[in-house]
Amino acid sequence: MDVDEGSGLRDSTEAHRIPRRSRWHEAIHQFKQQTLPACKPVLTPKWVITTFLLMGVIFIPVGLITLRASRSVVEIVDRYDSECIPEEYKSNKMAYIKDSSIPKNCSRFLKVYRRMKAPIYIYYQLDNYYQNHRRYVKSKSEQQLLHGLKFNATSTCKPQESNNGRPVVPCGLIAWSLFNDTYAFIRGRSELKVNRNNIAWKSDRDHKFGKHVYPFNFQNGTLIGGGNLDLSIPLSDQEDLIVWMRTAALPSFRKLYGRIEEDLDADDVVVVKLMNNYNTYSFGGKKKLVLSTSSWLGGKNDFLGVAYLFVGSSCIFISIVFLLLHMKSQRSP
Amino acid sequence: MTTGDPLLSLGDRSSFDRPSIGSTYATSASSLLEDSEYCLTRTSDVNDSEEATRSVGDTNCLEKPPSKFSTCRASRKHFSSAESQFFSQFPLEFPIPDRRRLVTWGAMELQNFNSDSAAFEISRATTPEQEKLSKSQRVCHKSVQFEDNQLHGKSPRLIYIDDPRRTNDKYEFTGNEIRTSKYTLITFLPKNIFIQFHRVAYLYFLGIAALNQLPPLAVFGRAASLIPLLLVLSVTAIKDGYEDWRRHRSDQHENNRDALVLQSGKYLAKKWKNIQAGEVVKICAEETIPCDMVLLGTSDSSGIAYIQTMNLDGESNLKTRYARQEVASAVSEGCEISGLIRCEQPNRNIYEFHANMEFQGNKFPLSQSNIVLRGCQLKNTDWVIGVVVYAGQETKAMLNSAASPSKRSRLEGYMNRETIWLSVFLFVMCFVVSLGMGLWLIRHKDQLDTLPYYRKIYFNKGRDNGKKYKYYGIPLEILFSFLSSIIVFQIMIPISLYITMELVRLGQTFFMIEDKHMFDSSSGSGFQCRSLNINEDLGQIRYIFSDKTGTLTENKMEFQRASVNGINYGTSLPVADPLHEKNVAGLGKRKWKLKSEIAVDSDLVELLHRDSSGDERIAPHEFFLTLAACNTVIPTIDQDTSSSCTESELHDKVETISYQGESPDEQALVAAASAYGYTLFERTSGHIVIDVNGENLRLDVLGLHEFDSVRKRMSVVIRFPNNAVKVLVKGADTSMFSILADSGMDDHVRSATQKHLSEYSSQGLRTLVVAARDLTGEELQQWQYMYEDASTSLTDRAIKLRQTAGSIECKLKLLGATAIEDKLQDGVPEAIECLRQAGIKVWVLTGDKQETAISIGVSCKLLTADMQQIIINGNSEDECRNLLVEAKAKYGIKSPTKQNHSLKWKKNAENDYLEVPGSAKSFSVQQWYAGKKGVTATTAPLALIIDGNSLVYILEKDLESELFDLAISCRVVLCCRVAPLQKAGIVDLIKTRTEDLTLAIGDGANDVSMIQMADVGVGICGQEGRQAVMASDFAMGQFRFLKRLLLVHGHWNYQRIGYLILYNFYRNAVFVLMLFWYILCTAFSTTSALTDWSSVLYSVIYTSVPTIVVGIMDQDLSHRTLLKYPRLYGAGHRHEAYNLQLFWITMIDTLWQSLVIFYIPVLTYKESTIDIWSMGSLWTVAVVILVNMHLAMDIQRWVVVTHVAVWGSIVITYGCVLILDSFPMFPNYWTVYHLVKSPKYWLTILLITIVALLPRFLFKVVQEIFCPSDIQIAREAEVLSKQDEI
Repeated sequence: MDVDEGSGLRDSTEAHRIPRRSRWHEAIHQFKQQTLPACKPVLTPKWVITTFLLMGVIFIPVGLITLRASRSVVEIVDRYDSECIPEEYKSNKMAYIKDSSIPKNCSRFLKVYRRMKAPIYIYYQLDNYYQNHRRYVKSKSEQQLLHGLKFNATSTCKPQESNNGRPVVPCGLIAWSLFNDTYAFIRGRSELKVNRNNIAWKSDRDHKFGKHVYPFNFQNGTLIGGGNLDLSIPLSDQEDLIVWMRTAALPSFRKLYGRIEEDLDADDVVVVKLMNNYNTYSFGGKKKLVLSTSSWLGGKNDFLGVAYLFVGSSCIFISIVFLLLHMKSQRSP
Repeated sequence: MTTGDPLLSLGDRSSFDRPSIGSTYATSASSLLEDSEYCLTRTSDVNDSEEATRSVGDTNCLEKPPSKFSTCRASRKHFSSAESQFFSQFPLEFPIPDRRRLVTWGAMELQNFNSDSAAFEISRATTPEQEKLSKSQRVCHKSVQFEDNQLHGKSPRLIYIDDPRRTNDKYEFTGNEIRTSKYTLITFLPKNIFIQFHRVAYLYFLGIAALNQLPPLAVFGRAASLIPLLLVLSVTAIKDGYEDWRRHRSDQHENNRDALVLQSGKYLAKKWKNIQAGEVVKICAEETIPCDMVLLGTSDSSGIAYIQTMNLDGESNLKTRYARQEVASAVSEGCEISGLIRCEQPNRNIYEFHANMEFQGNKFPLSQSNIVLRGCQLKNTDWVIGVVVYAGQETKAMLNSAASPSKRSRLEGYMNRETIWLSVFLFVMCFVVSLGMGLWLIRHKDQLDTLPYYRKIYFNKGRDNGKKYKYYGIPLEILFSFLSSIIVFQIMIPISLYITMELVRLGQTFFMIEDKHMFDSSSGSGFQCRSLNINEDLGQIRYIFSDKTGTLTENKMEFQRASVNGINYGTSLPVADPLHEKNVAGLGKRKWKLKSEIAVDSDLVELLHRDSSGDERIAPHEFFLTLAACNTVIPTIDQDTSSSCTESELHDKVETISYQGESPDEQALVAAASAYGYTLFERTSGHIVIDVNGENLRLDVLGLHEFDSVRKRMSVVIRFPNNAVKVLVKGADTSMFSILADSGMDDHVRSATQKHLSEYSSQGLRTLVVAARDLTGEELQQWQYMYEDASTSLTDRAIKLRQTAGSIECKLKLLGATAIEDKLQDGVPEAIECLRQAGIKVWVLTGDKQETAISIGVSCKLLTADMQQIIINGNSEDECRNLLVEAKAKYGIKSPTKQNHSLKWKKNAENDYLEVPGSAKSFSVQQWYAGKKGVTATTAPLALIIDGNSLVYILEKDLESELFDLAISCRVVLCCRVAPLQKAGIVDLIKTRTEDLTLAIGDGANDVSMIQMADVGVGICGQEGRQAVMASDFAMGQFRFLKRLLLVHGHWNYQRIGYLILYNFYRNAVFVLMLFWYILCTAFSTTSALTDWSSVLYSVIYTSVPTIVVGIMDQDLSHRTLLKYPRLYGAGHRHEAYNLQLFWITMIDTLWQSLVIFYIPVLTYKESTIDIWSMGSLWTVAVVILVNMHLAMDIQRWVVVTHVAVWGSIVITYGCVLILDSFPMFPNYWTVYHLVKSPKYWLTILLITIVALLPRFLFKVVQEIFCPSDIQIAREAEVLSKQDEI
């Protein structure tokens, strides 16, 4: 009944007749007849249980290590946008932030709860700020950042591409809305030294921002969006700008401000002298200052560790369930 | 009338006035004769008159009242007087009543016959008619077909023989250059693009690309958005271009062939493409005819030429064509040929040709028999000379070359249904985005002016100050947001799937073609895929409609048994045993060698060579003489040069003889006669020469009554050298026994023969009865007188000829009967059994008679002993209804659907039954069931046997549903005596009433309509030419390959394509959903974190190759297992690989996976410094790895190629990302290099992959362990047993 058997027989006789077919021809033949040597995985209980067990065995240690790394990070977060408004302006934050005659300086006290080893990263965090808005993300000119005034086709920068008939360098909403709060840290009596260099990606500094491009006609409009730039420094050295222009992925984001290269001991109190310049009040954005150490995994985030632990333990659980079921079914028949 | 008209009539008159009165008379007389002949043949042949209907339609003659033959004459009169009207009148002769009779069903023809007619009629003799019928009717369905002719039908085409310049002077007929290619270099681009945009999918693409060009919407870079469309277009264009290039090449080859053309008095070689209408061309034997030509002369003095029309209509037999005697004689005398041919405008009808010819002052009509068509081959004739009338594109062959209609696979239909669901999802997502956008805008209305990340107003010192920037009011912004989200989510509708599927099918086709198990080494024909769209339908076939002759059987007729003088011979044929060899040697020196050896019955041979001259020997002698003489077979002799030396040493001269004829039965009979020593080796129109055991016997053929479907017999009147005259008759048993002589002595022979006949018939053999009688001088004279009168008669010639035949075909002496076997093909019973186990219903539709059909059914295991046979052959509507209802009642079959309707019908039917008197009861349901009668009715499988006659009533009337209910509850259905269109009708019956897929398999032109009607048409490259193959979707050499095609390739293809569709839906949806979740985090602003290029390349490069490879190469089970357990085919019937439930499961899985892939990175990188491009890069890589791992998890057979494709595409993705991140002008510059440095990135990707796939994996495991499907069980068994072996 099985015709195939016969033909298989024919195959073997053929093979006898031509005993030495080259391997390549053999492979081609098998390919055409769809009989190439193949691995056919089958989900046997044994295989499944082993797989789950293996996954659990790998995931749980990874989770533990990850969680440990995350836990080792010391992070101090301080929201200051609402605190740094004088009492009389609490009801009218806009008036406060828009009036340039009012001094914007403000002091915050941060208590270090655990010893922080250098380098301590200083971040500012903005919430509810859609740096990923389509209008915003596109509102810059890569070419202009690299070539400066030589490059004129800056229509992507609208509505911030020119002022008074002259082009703006750097153009676009991103640059225009440059964050301009500043922080100074004092521990005890001495000011902590903040390293503000190398906060941006080297690749950006070297290849995306021109070494001979200087700000021009910047922040000269009727509406000031944010920080100003030193006209004498080329863009490639304006690291705050470079950091700011790497637009964030999510509406709540941190950006690197600088590094404190001294250790902070537990129970140290750090006084932050900050200039509360940046206007997030108009849209209800929050501003936070973050001091954080770093592990091999980056900042403090327990999610990864917890997730790995959870997945790992569920895998173990599943494998045990399957094992029990398998044993039961083996016993019963 | 066109402009050519005045000229024509002028020319006519001048030419007509010139000849003398006598010659004028002769002309009109001869033309009269010719045309009335024409009338007669038309009326006698119902089928042909159907074609006439068409040609009449062409020439606007329908307005004229039909008065049968008087019209004929009337037109003749017109002809001689008013020349110019000739062409409008000419086809008038066809009587309209005949046309009316032929309604839609070709089978009405069968009404004329008795329901059980002779075996002879089944044979090839009817087939050409049926073929014609099927063709003509098919043609009729196409309304466009002949409208061009209707427009130009009136003006004839003038061909001046051997004067191409004059011929082409005014009209510029096309040259003989043919062009099957679609494009030229210049028209390629616009035309190809135009054709491609006929696809809706491409228009969708174009629409999206156009949307993207709008300034407020430019979501992607403008160029990037066009890339997929351009890619798809260019791939298709390259494919089309390549195909067209091949066509160009074959055209060129065709056009550059040489033919001998009369040039300045000599026949010189000329390229085909340079041949012009009006030129005289000489064709030698075996050559292909380059254009449609009217024959002027042939090597045969009587002007006969034989052609094979295989390329045209698929009939492999030889056809005779004639040169007009007048011209032929002139040609043979070497006169210069010049004359004028008026013929109709080019049309597609290959069975009709109307023209007249003016030659040496004479004028005579030309018809179909005078023309040879392009593509035919000249056979058995040394040379012919003809004048070109139609060349190149205007030839009938070219006008007929139409591609078979394209079919759509069932799965693709389902896929389109789910695509609608996907568009609903798309719409919902876009709606959510635009709604969110609207709400967000309203909430932030007051801040929008100054919002740093929105800022809609210019705050510049300058003229723009205070103007709004890209803000059109909230309603318009909502609209734009909707549109731009469509752009972003566009790949939710998997356009690329169409391309992928095409490529996958191409690959599958490759493997089907290369499968050596489907290669027919005997004929050297491999498997062919002619349609690329329905590979997966092969996995879901529920009904197979099979032709019998040539499909189940070999269509090689073999003479098996003979009953001579009441004695049965050939019961035990020796198979080349030495004794037999001696016997043959004893025959004396055989001069003739047949192409194929035939086993002979030694007793009979002995009897023939016994020297007794008694009655004992006379009967067999006459029997074989009749077989050798009473036929229309043409012998051809090849000098045997290459055969083995030993044999030629033994015999002085061995000549190989082969027989060409219209019917394979006749060929078999003649060959058999030759094997018994009666070799027909020469035939001319006047005599035949038969070699009787070494003596040449020259017989004068006085007259020949050809086979016709009313008489069902043929006869020849032959004068022996001793002046004795005999009439030799052979025919169907039913028609023969009634005309035998009534003498008491023969009664014994008669009953014995009848017994033998029924025995042969029950063995599935085709039977013929042979008889003869001597004619007395008186009878001969009377017959000769009648015959002459009849054959020269102008009216009712067919009837008169029939009467003449009847006058001598009586009081015959029974000589015996023959039985011819139509051998079953190899492996047919096994294949059918296997298909049946696979849950496929095999129906056989055949033109054979009932007994033959049943016996074939038994021998190919279609009918088994435990079956109850329901036989329906009614002769009226009521009868059929009763039979159906009775059968249904008996076996308790209820209409599953439309219960009300059928109940009503049942009542009606019952009433009718009461009214109909007992006569109907004679047709009552018969049944045989191993002795028992209908007791176990419900359990025993049923077999329905129905004949074409009943089908006429059933299919024409409202009984269709009754038949359907009955038929689908039967395991086997056998339809006998069905016409080609009825075959299609039965296929249609199933197709319209069920969702099940149908497959039709056949080899002949009579199966074409069925093949085209069925969901899948399979052609057998067999004896009957290529017509069926041309119309089919798949073609192969043997019926048994069907088993492998369906059970193995069909199964694989179905599983592959089903998975491919689901996977592609998933692949695109998971990507789109991922984008969607992100957009919800960007204030609904349709930002994509992925770069434009990544979005575009995702479905084009990153994930395309593995799907294609898996779609082509993955197999769930090995072919061995699939063939071993045919039941596994049921997976296709149950729609296991693709159904709505699976779709929804996949979509839920997709939702989960998209949430995982979105939220894990978001949570991991929460409140971090990650920028949008890094996040995008992570997502790109994660989604590619995820979908590839998903695929990897589902792959069931890992071969090297699969490994390369799956892992390779992940590597390639990384490569692309690295490259894209290395250009400083892109905003994503260097991101991936930063990312890969952090372990967080890798941990995130690993987590995404595992968490996303975990539920699916779990689902798979649970399903496989706790409720495995058949396939999974078989797979486990297969793999584990193999492992054990190792």
